[in-house]
Amino acid sequence: MSALLQVTDVSVAYGKVEAVRAVTLAVAANEIVTIIGANGAGKTTLLNAVMGILPLKGDVAFAGESIARHDIEDRVAAGLSLVPEHRELFATMTVEDNLQLGAFRIVKAVAAQSFERVYSLFPKLKERRSQLAGTLSGGEQQMLAMGRALMGAPKLLMLDEPSLGLAPIIVADIFRTVSELKAAGVSVLLVEQNAKAALRIADRAYVMELGEFVLDGTASEIAANAQVEASYLGFSHAEKGAV
Amino acid sequence: MNTTILLFLLQDGITTGAIYALLGLSLVLVFAVTRVILIPQGEFITYGALTYATLATGNVPGTARLALAMGVVAFGFDLFAARKSLHARRILRAAAVDLGFPLAVLGLTMALAGSHTPIAVNIALSLLIVAAIGLFLYRIAFQPIAHTSVLVLLIASVGCHLALQGFGLVFFGAEGLRGPTVSDAAVTIGSLRFTGQSIAVYAITIALIVALWLFFGFTLYGKALRATAVNRLGARLVGIRTSLSGQIAFLLASVIGAISGILIVPITTLYYDTGFLIGLKGFVAAIIGGLVSYPLTAVAALVVGTVEAFSSFYASNYKEVIVFTLILPVLVLRSLAAPAVEEEKD
Repeated sequence: MSALLQVTDVSVAYGKVEAVRAVTLAVAANEIVTIIGANGAGKTTLLNAVMGILPLKGDVAFAGESIARHDIEDRVAAGLSLVPEHRELFATMTVEDNLQLGAFRIVKAVAAQSFERVYSLFPKLKERRSQLAGTLSGGEQQMLAMGRALMGAPKLLMLDEPSLGLAPIIVADIFRTVSELKAAGVSVLLVEQNAKAALRIADRAYVMELGEFVLDGTASEIAANAQVEASYLGFSHAEKGAV
Repeated sequence: MNTTILLFLLQDGITTGAIYALLGLSLVLVFAVTRVILIPQGEFITYGALTYATLATGNVPGTARLALAMGVVAFGFDLFAARKSLHARRILRAAAVDLGFPLAVLGLTMALAGSHTPIAVNIALSLLIVAAIGLFLYRIAFQPIAHTSVLVLLIASVGCHLALQGFGLVFFGAEGLRGPTVSDAAVTIGSLRFTGQSIAVYAITIALIVALWLFFGFTLYGKALRATAVNRLGARLVGIRTSLSGQIAFLLASVIGAISGILIVPITTLYYDTGFLIGLKGFVAAIIGGLVSYPLTAVAALVVGTVEAFSSFYASNYKEVIVFTLILPVLVLRSLAAPAVEEEKD
C-alpha cells in the first residue's frame, strides 16, 4: 500500500457508545481528502483518534508504519499534525512564540525556513508576531493554529473544521491556503461541515453519517451525487441563506 | 515602637519573605505545569539544608543513597513504560539519567566529603543530590498518574511528603542541625546590621528570579514549559511531552527548595520536619497569588515574611496563627470572585 495515512477498520467508543464504527480510509501523498458530514457524525472523534488523543480499536498506519499505539508526541515526530477544532493555541504567549513552539521537535536551521514559509503563507501573522495569541481575531487564530502545525514540517496536516465560526471571506482565504499547501507537498485530511467549499478543493471525499462512511469517491463524483446534493450541499445553501 | 525595632523587623521580614517568595514561585510553577500541589516542597528544603549541614560535618548524607535508590526505581518504571518499543537509544538515555546521574553524584559525594571540603563544593553536591531526588520523585510518583484529577495528584503529593519526611528522620535523626554561613562578613548601615548571610539571601533570590525570568522568556524549553501550563493539549500537539515538562518543573522546584534550605540553615536550626512549615508559608503566598500569578506571589511572600516578623515580636505565641489567618480573607474573596472552578478535562 502506498498510502501516506492508512486507517483500517477503526472504531472509537466513548464508554459503551460507539461514535465511530469500523471506518477505513486512506490518504495518499500529495492529496487533499475531505470527510464531510453533519454535526455529530463522528468526524472530529475520528481525527482525534488518528492523532492519538482518543484510544481506538483497529489500525492506523502512517508512512507504512503502524502508529496505533504511539503517543501523540511520537505521531507528531513521525510527521502527522492536527489543527484541532478548538485550535488549542497558547493564548497568553505571542504569535511568534506559538510558531516557535510549533517547531519544538525540529532542528533550529529547519525552523528558520519554516518561519519564512509560514509568514509567506500568512502575512497577517508576521504583522502580528509580537501580539498575544489570545488577542487575535477568530480568522487570525485559525491561521496561527495552521501556521503552528506547519512549523513542524508535517507530511500530513489534519484540519478539523477550519471554517467554523469564520466570516465567508476569511473562509475563502483559508481554503485557498489549503490548496496551496498541496502544491507545497503537504497532504491534507480536511474535516468540514461546509461541504461545498471542501469538495471544491479536495481530490477525494468520504461522507460520514452516524459514525460510518456511507459514501466515498472523487470530490467531483461526490459533489454530483444526488443524495449528497440534497442532504449536504442543499443544506449548506439554505444555511447560507438563513445567515 | 521605635524606628530601630521597626527597621529591624522589616529587615528580618524581608529576608524570610525572600525565601518564601522562592518557594511560592516554585509552587506556582509546578502547579501550572503539572497540576500537582507540591506538598513535598518542604522536604526539598529540609533535604537541601540537612544534606548541606551533614556534608559540612564531613559525613556522606543518606540522601545521596536515596537518590540512587530512587533512580533505580525510576529506571524500572522507564523500562516498563518502554516495553513495547525497546530501542537501544531509549534505554541508554534512561540508564544515563536514572542510573548514571545519581551514581556519579554519590561517587562524587563519597570522594569529596570531608571536614575540609570548601563550602561551594558542599552546596553544589547538596543541590545535585536534591535535584536528582526531585526529578525521580516526579518520575516515580506523578508521571504514571499525570492524567488524573487535581485531587488524586494532591493525595499522592501528601503521600510523598509523609514518605520523604520519614526518610528524613532516618537519614538525619531527630536532632536539629545548623550549617555554616556562606560568608561571615557584615555591613552596618545606620542602625541596621546586614550579615553576609542575609545579603546572600537577597542576592541569590534576585539572581534566581532573574534566571527564571530569562529561562521562561527566552529559551525554547522555558517556553515549552509555559506552553504546557497554558494549554496541555496544544503542547502535546506540537510534540512537547507532558512528562518532560513535568520533570523539568520538578527539577527546578527541588533545586529552588534546596537553595532555600541552604540559605536558611545557617540562620535557624532545622529539624527533619521543619521544612513542611516553611513550605506552607510559601504556599500561603502562592494561594494569595491564586496559584497562577508569579508577581503577586512574590509580593505576597514578602508580606507573609513581614507579618511573621512583626507577629513574632509582638505575639510570638500566635505567630503561626496570624500568618496562616492571612489566607482566610483571600480564600473568601477568591471564592466570591470565582464561584465555580471547573476541573480541567484532559
